[in-house]
Amino acid sequence: MPAVQETVERVKRIDVDQYRYGFETLIDTEKAPKGLSEEIVKFISQKKNEPDWMLQWRLEAYRRWLTMTEPTWARVEYPKIDFQDIYYYAAPKPKKAVTSLDEIDPEILKTYEKLGIPLREVAMLEGVEPKVGEEDPARRKIAVDAVFDSVSVATTFKAELKKAGVIFMPISEAIREHPELVQKYLGSVVPTSDNFYATLNSAVFSDGSFVYVPPGVRCPMELSTYFRINERNTGQFERTLIIADKGSYVSYLEGCTAPQRDENQLHAAVVELVALDDAEIKYSTVQNWYPGNSEGKGGIYNFVTKRGDCRGANSKISWTQVETGSAITWKYPSCILRGDNSSGEFYSIAISNGFQQVDSGTKMIHLGKNTSSRIISKGIAAGKSQNTYRGLVTAHRKATGARNFTACDSLLIGDKCGAHTVPYIEAKNSSATFEHEATTSKISEDVLFYCIQRGLSQEEAVGLVVNGFVKDVLQQLPMEFAVEAQKLISISLEGSVG
Amino acid sequence: MNVALAKTGSGRAVSDLFASAEGRLPGSPAVIAVRREAFETYEHLGLPHRRIEEWKYTDLRALVGEVLPLAASPDAAALKRAAEAVKAHAIEGARKLVLVDGVFAADLSDVKALGAEVSLKTLRETLEKDAGLLKTASTDAVISLNAAMATDGVVLSIADGAHLSAPIQIIHVATAASVSAFTRSQVAVGKGVRATVVESFVAAGAKAYQVNDAVVLSVGDNADVAHIRLLDDSPDAVNITSQFVTVGANTKLNFFNMTTGAAVSRLQGLITLAGEGSELSINGVNLLKKTEHGDTTLVVDHAVPNCVSREIFRAVIDDRAHSVFQGRIIVRPDAQKTDGKMMTRALLLSDEAEADNKPELEIFADDVSCGHGATAGALDDSLLFYLKARGLPEKQAQALLIQAFVGEAIEQIADDGLREYVIGIAERWLEQRQ
Repeated sequence: MPAVQETVERVKRIDVDQYRYGFETLIDTEKAPKGLSEEIVKFISQKKNEPDWMLQWRLEAYRRWLTMTEPTWARVEYPKIDFQDIYYYAAPKPKKAVTSLDEIDPEILKTYEKLGIPLREVAMLEGVEPKVGEEDPARRKIAVDAVFDSVSVATTFKAELKKAGVIFMPISEAIREHPELVQKYLGSVVPTSDNFYATLNSAVFSDGSFVYVPPGVRCPMELSTYFRINERNTGQFERTLIIADKGSYVSYLEGCTAPQRDENQLHAAVVELVALDDAEIKYSTVQNWYPGNSEGKGGIYNFVTKRGDCRGANSKISWTQVETGSAITWKYPSCILRGDNSSGEFYSIAISNGFQQVDSGTKMIHLGKNTSSRIISKGIAAGKSQNTYRGLVTAHRKATGARNFTACDSLLIGDKCGAHTVPYIEAKNSSATFEHEATTSKISEDVLFYCIQRGLSQEEAVGLVVNGFVKDVLQQLPMEFAVEAQKLISISLEGSVG
Repeated sequence: MNVALAKTGSGRAVSDLFASAEGRLPGSPAVIAVRREAFETYEHLGLPHRRIEEWKYTDLRALVGEVLPLAASPDAAALKRAAEAVKAHAIEGARKLVLVDGVFAADLSDVKALGAEVSLKTLRETLEKDAGLLKTASTDAVISLNAAMATDGVVLSIADGAHLSAPIQIIHVATAASVSAFTRSQVAVGKGVRATVVESFVAAGAKAYQVNDAVVLSVGDNADVAHIRLLDDSPDAVNITSQFVTVGANTKLNFFNMTTGAAVSRLQGLITLAGEGSELSINGVNLLKKTEHGDTTLVVDHAVPNCVSREIFRAVIDDRAHSVFQGRIIVRPDAQKTDGKMMTRALLLSDEAEADNKPELEIFADDVSCGHGATAGALDDSLLFYLKARGLPEKQAQALLIQAFVGEAIEQIADDGLREYVIGIAERWLEQRQ
């Protein structure tokens, strides 16, 4: 079915030309010389005051990277990247040593204000803490780690988190302050040799967030990181490591934007999640990097490796992503379901427009007993974009009782775009039960029937079901994330083609 | 280091393969030149392995290792054994065309019974004139190898408007052990034709042989054609078949594949809908046991608008067997109003069985309805319990459920007689299991 007019218009409104975050902040920055070499890796490590083990770790990754070639299997096309033509380190020049948040460059604060980072937190940054009991219960507290180009410029709510025992800080600080945790977990989910971009990241990553939630602690607030690429010709290589110790819970949000530029910029991040026994991690992303202009010029290359390891029994990792930006997206947030009874979830809405190319999906690797996973993916392609879902569901021989449900639907708007589905489903033992479907009408016949029977049309019913699915996660997002995301998913799902 | 050595090693063996066969390959000098070129392509690529996306789940280097030498032409004793096998596998009333170890056996075939509407030539005859038949719409290592080595095949042409009263059955018989047979056939179906073509692969006592077959089928406008393929090779044989199908306008094509044999089998097909208003029904059942490996890889290419395609595949996997299904539906930019559905289900009967499904959609038109579904799982315990509670022994209860499971695909065969014949094959397989 062709998309209804309303849908077409709504998508037009969020077309690439309407990119709202394309402004640039004029600010002095300190950059490493262009290009990549052992010296640059050493320079970054030195800038971060890193211990020697970290430098060695980076160098090992760098040497390995030299032997690797770029992957070409994804359905994306782009001119060859010149890895020597990129700045691997750019940091806003500090006017003096920053001891309190008031001393942060007002330009940067203004940038985040403009980006709509909740004012409440800006108030926090200014040290105007509301009195106890005055808090508006309707608004959730969110701790923010703001990453500007290669460095983290501010982390809020640190003290309150510390009270709960939660460690939330830039990873560069964590390397210095909690080396035992970092050494134990860094690279344990995404090894340095994992893939071309992950290896590159391991060598040159500059900052990112580190979270450790101690046993039995339910993180008292949402944690979030806001990534901003500002500088020209720089690559952003952030690294995030989240560890949820036994019986803990944490919800983490990630947002990204970049200025409008004609050149393509590289963003190669690595995110590692570790959930121990009975722990739960919820990871949400609203990715809105600059997608390039309507002629397909410029935009971010978003080549990201995200992986969660359900290491303990009864652990759970849930990925939610709303992907609207980037010229090229190459991203497969995955779950390794190692612990018995662990579960993984992947909810994704990927919207491509203009000349964007999206190749995204997930991997659910069932290793433990009675593990379950659920994949809900909605791809919407408009303009001249290509939108691919690529996913793997596999059950190991010993993963008895593995259970997966996958539904991936695509919607095409216009006849110049393409939507593709490439699922891999590998069942290696008889007690694995896998269901994969790609037609909206099949999401859940019972629920649909229930809605239709109460007078909703098929379309409304499907919308309700899908929205219902994503909404509980979206509602956990900070207000402006949720508004943004909801605007995007409210797009009618009529005419899904599987 | 090891890899490089292995390459050189198998590379040398490969050259011998062609050199020792070259004198026996039919064709004019120009045709031989085309063969040589095809062989060079194969030699360059080598046997497909898991690093090649299309062969991810069927690593011929690991499963097969090497291509066996070309089979010799069958002698009188071989033909006699073949005759018996043909008798056992012939479908009642069908016009038989028999290929023994890759060579057309006129004496075992019903050439005269074909009638005036069907013209028959052998590949051997055709290649004396030109190499056109050695060229295909797409190619890979095994197709190139087939072009280089094909010794014979049937070249059929069914005249416009013909309504064939009996099916044509092409029977491939293997009589020699530890050799390869390379065949390539072409079936050109004219406009308005109603016909049924059956292909059977059987063994006459032969063991551990390899079959590499290619079929080029073109169906004209307004036709109604059934194409049934029955693979019942020896349990230690290898069968790799490549099909190229083009469908005209307002045509119905009903294809069914049944795999019950061969240690390693792969059916790879490219089906192009080239005329509007056509209906395609592609179905298949893999019944696999022991360490058998059965792969079905199909690409349905909707090149024009207003076509319908339906695919229903079932795999029953026992012991340590491995079933692979890779299906891709392509909808080209202009192919509006396409309706494509693909459903593949695997039933795992043992803890060591493996099912790999890769149903792909590649869609470039917006006004289409396409979908796919894939499931994998064991037999439903509650259904088994229900049947056992009513006094059926475990194995029989399983057999009943399996029959129902594969029935959904077999049902798609339009011809009553052939459907019953295929149900019979499934029943015998289930009986053997008990």
